[in-house]
Amino acid sequence: MTQPLEILPSRTASIAEAGKAGGPLRCGKASVAGSVSQRACVFCGSRVVLYPIADALHIVHGPIGCAAYTWDIRGAQSSGPQLFRNSFSTDLQELDVIYGGEKKLERALLELIAKHKPKAAFVYGTCIVGLIGDDVAAVCKRVSAATGLSVLPVASEGFKGTKKDGYKAACEALYKLIGTGDTTGLSPLSINLMGDFNIAGESWVIREYFERLGIQVVATITGDGRVDAIRRCHGAKLNLVQCSGSMTHLAKKMESEHGIPFKRVSFFGIEDMSAALYEVAKFFGGEELMEKARAVVRDEVGKIYPQLRTWREDLKGKKAAVYVGGAFKAFSLVRALRTLGMRTAVVGTQTGHADDYATLREMCDPGTIIVDDSNPIELAKFCLERDVDLFIGGVKERPIAYKLGIGFCDHNHERKECLAGFVGMVNFGREVHASVCSPVWNFVPRRANRLRTADCGVRSEGAANSGPKETEAA
Amino acid sequence: MSCSSCKSAPPNPDSAIQDGEHPEFPSGSTNPCKLCTPLGACLAFKGIAGAVPLLHGSQGCATYIRRYLISHFREPIDIASTNFSEDSAVFGGRKNLHTALDNVGRQYRPALVGIATTCLSETMGENMPMLIGEYRTECRERNAECGTDGATEKLAAGASDTAGVVPFASESETIRTPQSEFRNPELVHVSTPSFKGTHAEGFHAAVRALVESLAGTPPSGARSDPLFQKPRLAVFAGMVSPADLRHLRDFCAAWGEEAITLVPDYAETLDGPSWTDFERMPSGGTTVEELRALDRATAALEFGHSLAAASATAGTHLKTKFNVPLHRLGLPIGVRANDAFCTALETATGREMPARIAAERGRLVDSYVDAHKYLAGKKAVVYGEDDLVAGLAVFLAETGITPVLVASGERNRRLADAIFAAAPELRDRIEVREGSDFGDIEKRIEELKPDLLIGSSKGYKLARSLGVPLVRCGFPVHDRLGAQRLQLLGYAGTQQFFDRIVNALLEAKQEHSDIGYAYL
Repeated sequence: MTQPLEILPSRTASIAEAGKAGGPLRCGKASVAGSVSQRACVFCGSRVVLYPIADALHIVHGPIGCAAYTWDIRGAQSSGPQLFRNSFSTDLQELDVIYGGEKKLERALLELIAKHKPKAAFVYGTCIVGLIGDDVAAVCKRVSAATGLSVLPVASEGFKGTKKDGYKAACEALYKLIGTGDTTGLSPLSINLMGDFNIAGESWVIREYFERLGIQVVATITGDGRVDAIRRCHGAKLNLVQCSGSMTHLAKKMESEHGIPFKRVSFFGIEDMSAALYEVAKFFGGEELMEKARAVVRDEVGKIYPQLRTWREDLKGKKAAVYVGGAFKAFSLVRALRTLGMRTAVVGTQTGHADDYATLREMCDPGTIIVDDSNPIELAKFCLERDVDLFIGGVKERPIAYKLGIGFCDHNHERKECLAGFVGMVNFGREVHASVCSPVWNFVPRRANRLRTADCGVRSEGAANSGPKETEAA
Repeated sequence: MSCSSCKSAPPNPDSAIQDGEHPEFPSGSTNPCKLCTPLGACLAFKGIAGAVPLLHGSQGCATYIRRYLISHFREPIDIASTNFSEDSAVFGGRKNLHTALDNVGRQYRPALVGIATTCLSETMGENMPMLIGEYRTECRERNAECGTDGATEKLAAGASDTAGVVPFASESETIRTPQSEFRNPELVHVSTPSFKGTHAEGFHAAVRALVESLAGTPPSGARSDPLFQKPRLAVFAGMVSPADLRHLRDFCAAWGEEAITLVPDYAETLDGPSWTDFERMPSGGTTVEELRALDRATAALEFGHSLAAASATAGTHLKTKFNVPLHRLGLPIGVRANDAFCTALETATGREMPARIAAERGRLVDSYVDAHKYLAGKKAVVYGEDDLVAGLAVFLAETGITPVLVASGERNRRLADAIFAAAPELRDRIEVREGSDFGDIEKRIEELKPDLLIGSSKGYKLARSLGVPLVRCGFPVHDRLGAQRLQLLGYAGTQQFFDRIVNALLEAKQEHSDIGYAYL
């Protein structure tokens, strides 16, 4: 390296090391200007949460960019309507900015509702709407009166906070639907899955586990989401909150308004998935239910464990960097990597809280770098310093890893692989193994002389090939 | 939606509501055929050596655009943001801009920062020349205080805290920048409100801003331009692939002695090799020195059938201000556009077409003949940036394929004229739609029944539902590998593209045949 990679002085308080003394990590603040944060904005926070509601019309009120960049980019699947995979926008032009965009929004809504007949409509505000002072709520009210449909404004103006504020705005919009549906006929053993977005069918996997316990899943919020299911989700007895950063606000609101308790869980990795099942069994009580939960865990782990063990042989002692959106996913990944015999050497998130980082400090091995709201130069620096073999992140982090000759696993919303549940652990293991042990690293200049992947051996390839059978069966 | 210059422009049957303010365009967009202006500006800035794009606005713009560009180029693409908050929206973004410039300077030590204003800062009416001028003055004062090379020390103090050493970093890795490495970067601003124009227009605006800011500065008498010891051509290629840029360089170089300045030149910066060590910024790109020396270019070539009718471009600036002869050409796709390109090169260099290029031309024409019966009567729908679709339409017309629908998200009212001027045989035979989107294209496609689609990955869903091939080109291509290496330009680039088109049709024919012919 010709020059050392430096860290901005205003960023140092957001970086810590496990096992070393230090105060709480600086986090939850606006990104430092010019730091090249990996975060997006308020709009992004709202858009990711609401996007998978498949039978709603999602229209972005603003110039074209915000709608264009979020058009069908995620792996969220629907078992029915595909309306959510379109990109609708008012595509504001200069004259609209001068004279206001309310009329255009109203026309667009009326046209699109007439054409697509959605179950509800979400109207996302963007930066410019906050500035020109369009009364989006009033337009929504008028269109709602004219069409008889719930037309919900989402206060997601990009500059009005961080991604977390966008989550909150999405929860507020969702909350307007909740409590408006009929709850008769719901089982006393019923839950909502919150904060799972059905990436590559993950909600279906999780739903099936709970159904095997005899537990009814009322609504998946928002993966494979349906407006009518959300309307009656207040009839469920328990909320399971997975992506805690995005959905805790809604869960707390439902707790105080509808008396529904919530539990924070994670469906990633064997430990966390099992813990989620046990937690629910414990909540509803009874030895029979607990035994069912144990049986599901026993069956599923039995199916995947032999395969995981072969990969573990190859991956033992390898190091990973993790940079993801929320902290709960980071916790799960640290544990899931341990299951694969790997160690987390760098872990960071875009939106973690101070207590999340304290937890990470405790659970990670001493020396692990812990970082909030990082950027490409920092991430590259950490990867080099800790000499990691794998990076887990999203599309924006991928080229950093690849250029440095580091394996990569996409764990963002854009992925097309199911990584949740027990089956997800096999897919995760396969993906990690395939990347870390690929022969291509032997030709990458930064690693060519080290030939570290040679120890992945021939057997690993065979193992990788024999893997999918079990997955398909599961 | 309709377009005044179309052959047939049926009124939109779904729309009972009149759009009083914009009679030509609809009240919203369904599945856009364009992106926002700052994206184009960022792409253009990525083609300047040592440049970092900086978006003056919300954090999300930079992040979304990075993600979008990365999914196409599969390269690290760092774009900074001034990260507006509610305070900055109320009180102005001066502080954010200055902090961002400091931080970008510290982290990247750029040669140039390309500042693009987003819809937020544009609507606020940020006075960018003033804000940038203030920052320059501040930098000069800091330099004066610290000695010419001491700017970095001062920058460290100027940031929000002065913590000296990063925890866990090795001894040598302090925040102090080697003083000799730091220079105040060039600052180039381009206005890119996303409510006006598209990503393609943002791209052209950024190229123009680069040339207007730097060409001829300082005046050539006050400069020694070792670069310009020999004649030099300036080429403004537009939004083309890195492989096209590399080919254009070779193509022009084949004419002989002239050196070539491509603006921008992301041939390497957005299609680079695997790293030996961390690279803060990719190598390659048009240098600031090359941009400065453009006033002395022998000639300028600017591509884009539609851009050729634009009133102010990088090329027109060089022409009016510095008398650089300007050749305004279509994107060199197909025989005719490449012939025009060659004629321009002959005029600029005074030399005739080199034998190697003539051979490439010969092979392209030969392949047209080999394929003509496979293509006769075939209909294509072409969509994307105006210059791209114009270039494609003109080329397709040469091969026997009719581009029955040519659609673009632009609304500059130049597209149809540009196409018909370059390919008069298409007049009255095709439909040209500006301000289009995929919702619009979908409405027309059922009636038009095309045999193939040509354009970005964004047409995949339509192609899939129609059961016809999609030949990918342009931007973005995010569902295939190698978008950086797709070639269209020059006789040889056209050749590659032409083969792909023909083979896509042959493959479809083979797949849909019950017999499964082995020879076609």
